[in-house]
Amino acid sequence: MNDYSRRSYIIILVFILVALVFLIRLFNLQVMDSTYKQYATNNVLREVVQYPARGLIYDRNGELLVYNKTAYDLLVTPREVKPFDTTLFCRLLDITREDLEAGIQKARKYSSYKPSILVKQISPENYAILQEQLYKFEGFHSQTRTLREYSAPAAAHALGYVSEVTQSDINKDSYYKSGDYIGASGIEKTYEAQLRGTKGVKKNLVDVHNRIQGSYLEGSEDVPAQIGKNLVTTLDLDLQLYAEKLFKNKKGAVVAIEPSTGEVLAMVSAPVYDPGLLVGRVRGANYKVLESDSLMPLFNRALQAKYPPGSTFKTINALIGLQEGAITPETRFSCAGRGSTPIRCTHDHISPANVVEGIRESCNPFMWNTFRSIIGRAKTAAEGFRTWRQYVQNFGLGTILSEDFANTLKGDLPSEELYNRIYGKGRWNALTVRSLSIGQGELGATPLQMANVAAIVANHGFYYEPHIVKEVEGDTIRSSYRKKHEVGIDEKYFAPIIEGMRQSIKNYYYIPGLEYCGKTGTIQIGRGLEHGAFEAFAPREEPKIAVFTYVENSKWGSQYAAPIASLMIEKYLNDTIASNRLHIEERMLNSNLLDPNKIVITDGAAE
Amino acid sequence: MVQRSKIWANIDWVTVLLYLVLVFMGWFNIYAAVYDSDHQSIFDISQRYGKQLLWIGAGAALAIIIMSIETNFYVFFSYVIYGVMVFLLLLVLLIANEVNGARSWLEIGGFKIQPSEFAKFATALALARYMSTFDFKLKDFKSLAIMALIIFTPAALILLQNDTGSALVYFSFVLVLFREGLSGLVLFLGTLVATLFILALILSNFTLILVLLGAGVLMYLILNPKFNQFLRVLMFFAGGVLLAFLLNAIMGRKYESADVVIFGTVLGALGTLVYSLQKKFKSYVVISLFFIGSVAFTNSVGYAFDNILEPHHQVRIKELLGIESNPYGAGYHVNQSKIAIGSGGMWGKGYLNGTQTKFNFVPEQSTDFIFCTVGEEWGFAGTFIVIALFVFFLSRLVWLAERQRSVFSRIYGYSVAVILFFHFMVNIGMTVGIMPVIGIPLPFFSYGGSSLWSFTILLFIFIRLDASRLENFRDSRNA
Repeated sequence: MNDYSRRSYIIILVFILVALVFLIRLFNLQVMDSTYKQYATNNVLREVVQYPARGLIYDRNGELLVYNKTAYDLLVTPREVKPFDTTLFCRLLDITREDLEAGIQKARKYSSYKPSILVKQISPENYAILQEQLYKFEGFHSQTRTLREYSAPAAAHALGYVSEVTQSDINKDSYYKSGDYIGASGIEKTYEAQLRGTKGVKKNLVDVHNRIQGSYLEGSEDVPAQIGKNLVTTLDLDLQLYAEKLFKNKKGAVVAIEPSTGEVLAMVSAPVYDPGLLVGRVRGANYKVLESDSLMPLFNRALQAKYPPGSTFKTINALIGLQEGAITPETRFSCAGRGSTPIRCTHDHISPANVVEGIRESCNPFMWNTFRSIIGRAKTAAEGFRTWRQYVQNFGLGTILSEDFANTLKGDLPSEELYNRIYGKGRWNALTVRSLSIGQGELGATPLQMANVAAIVANHGFYYEPHIVKEVEGDTIRSSYRKKHEVGIDEKYFAPIIEGMRQSIKNYYYIPGLEYCGKTGTIQIGRGLEHGAFEAFAPREEPKIAVFTYVENSKWGSQYAAPIASLMIEKYLNDTIASNRLHIEERMLNSNLLDPNKIVITDGAAE
Repeated sequence: MVQRSKIWANIDWVTVLLYLVLVFMGWFNIYAAVYDSDHQSIFDISQRYGKQLLWIGAGAALAIIIMSIETNFYVFFSYVIYGVMVFLLLLVLLIANEVNGARSWLEIGGFKIQPSEFAKFATALALARYMSTFDFKLKDFKSLAIMALIIFTPAALILLQNDTGSALVYFSFVLVLFREGLSGLVLFLGTLVATLFILALILSNFTLILVLLGAGVLMYLILNPKFNQFLRVLMFFAGGVLLAFLLNAIMGRKYESADVVIFGTVLGALGTLVYSLQKKFKSYVVISLFFIGSVAFTNSVGYAFDNILEPHHQVRIKELLGIESNPYGAGYHVNQSKIAIGSGGMWGKGYLNGTQTKFNFVPEQSTDFIFCTVGEEWGFAGTFIVIALFVFFLSRLVWLAERQRSVFSRIYGYSVAVILFFHFMVNIGMTVGIMPVIGIPLPFFSYGGSSLWSFTILLFIFIRLDASRLENFRDSRNA
């Protein structure tokens, strides 16, 4: 043996020392320190949000109104971007180099490691071209989104539109993340919770080149997206389209309701716009154009316009008079026609007139006299006014009629306090506020409210809450829609009103073979041509449809509002327009009320 | 002559078994490292695991051939084998193409080998042969020079191939020399130099001087704790620093205070040296020399580091020492390696379930970073077993070497043990982030025919020598 053989132990000791250092190090790395496990997960895990398709929207007959089309978002993960052919890239995506640079800059600001959206809503056609070249651009990938598509360019206001969430949406509901879509108006907004479905998440494993290699834990932690629920609306697409056609080149609104249910059959705010304009990459630009249009196409007149109802309000006033005993069916008031004071009548007619004749002839003196009687029955004007006002409110004016519509307004129903402020307490009476009796003055009602009034008259004193959605897939509809709302007017008092409305049907809105009831209105406005309105229901017995049309600057109600309503009624009930009325339809379709010089008044007959 | 059958009976089957266990563990882990679902068969020879099986088969054949050759052959032809290998290394330098910045592959008829791998056993043989000759004396300058020539000729050639990792392996022979009687001081100085090297890179010059002064005081306290002398030395240093400041003032404050202090301490140390030489205070001479030497060394390290090392080595060393950190640059290998190993936990993710492994987050995973696969899929339990196996294996080799009756066999045996140890230490150290990234394989584990065969040859020559340790063969220095 060699002298130095004991050194073998030192050498073995060195082996063991090194091994010990390794084991301590490994124990730290593998057992004590959990950060490496987190890093490993971050390395391989890519969570991909699964966006559900929004629910489909149908009309009452099962016609598809709104569906989805696929679009693609292009995302960028700044850290993974390698130098690439920017010219080709910009050309494929139809963006400028500045857009690209700003986009990547913004993405980098958000995160270098997480993907953020660079270009939104690329159409399938463009994406097909892009996809073939996408491999050339490292750090970019796409995700599938769905966009709204409309089977007909109709009912834009009722359906509403979808837009990207705002910061306040995100603050309100943590479900939403930047870049998500949310219903911003109409049905899309009211039924957002049902339509949107639930986002899912797919956890993918990726390799070092960020290529997907499969699901994490065999997909056991994936949450599939749940597609939104489908909706069946109460709208009748044919009627809706027809109404929109009739309103071409006009300003105004129409709401049609099925009186027996409160279901809204059609709802138009004119001018209309194609809902498809507010979808996809063109949305921003189109929105700006629509928003700055002086005709205010985005403004939903059917729900938000506070139109003075004019003579169409006379039905309510007369019914209150009858109910309150201020008048009886036999009560007559004399009218001096155009010479009447303090409100003149529009034309000369039979005098003194009873309530049937008062409605038929739309007699202003009859109405203010009735109004004065109602108010005068109480000790003070204020108390009488309070009673009158309560009835009007029962008819739905000055209230939010239904929660089923987004962004709907109450309208104006003046209060006692308002008049106290204007005239002083106790210093006003029925005659001071007599304009109310003919639906003018401080009164403002939405077309929805007035269509509901037509339904109330059709129903002889009650209504069902107007609503636009009939069915939510796999869900029960709100029970409030089945609740009868009584307005507090005895059924018997409706007979003379309805008779007066039936007798008033004439001229261009007379429908051969159909007995129906209507009331025109002509509303004086400060400047320009009067607004025309028409309130109607049909048929007289067992009414199927109640309509309220309002056509701005159309002179008299009989000129446009009534013919349009009559055509809609005829279309809805008969499915075709009688041949001897086709010229009326043509006149409606071809008229242009947006240009004051082109307005054609064909009939001297006033209300 | 001992009969052939007796040789087979004398084989140390424990070592052979350990070899087989390590090789097959390696093979299974290579399968996991390059596994993809398109090529599921472990025998698919279009894939690395299939090829590795071929190398293992060929390795077995090599082992059998080695075992069949007479021991004397290795002794007689050791210089010849060494010469051939040196020639091949030269040849590689002349004709090989560059791959990954290194020029180390020799292509013979579509077949690629790496002579640097085989140079290891050849050097071990030559060294064993030379050190077992009569006239070899460890203290003789000529012997030392020839020995150094034997060791560093292949190392230098490999360094010229740009394969620093393989060249560094030759430093492991120091441990063999240590066993054969090299002074422990050499090992101590070696460790000191390495420590100073690292300190010089991490610390500022001024901090370093404070550390060295502290070390000097510590050495003084150990060697000769006499207070009077200590005061005198202190005066030398105070005087030196004062002088330095004075000189700087005369020169118009050209240098910064820290540098002035450093210069002053060196002056103090020089003064102490002269004084202690006169008074023959041996310990002070040692301490002063240590101090001056250290200051000189550390100050030249920066220069050497910047000018001699390759940039990618500089970066790797800086990464390791935490001077620079870029997890996506040079630190990427180590960072991903640590993530893979660290995510394994106690029991690992299970065979073929390692996500970092499967999805190629760790570069070079089947070769230099094969240990990551063990760490990720088998956890601490797996890494513990592998390290324990290696330590047992290496210790077994030392034990075998120690039982040799011939010096040749013992030196060769030690060479095998320390070469394998160096690979083990550097490779695993690198994957767990305590050694710089120097691309050398983990013996028996890493993918690659050249490395597997070279380790097989290296080991089996020793097993063959061991099997006939009872034979008498030509060895002048039999113990």
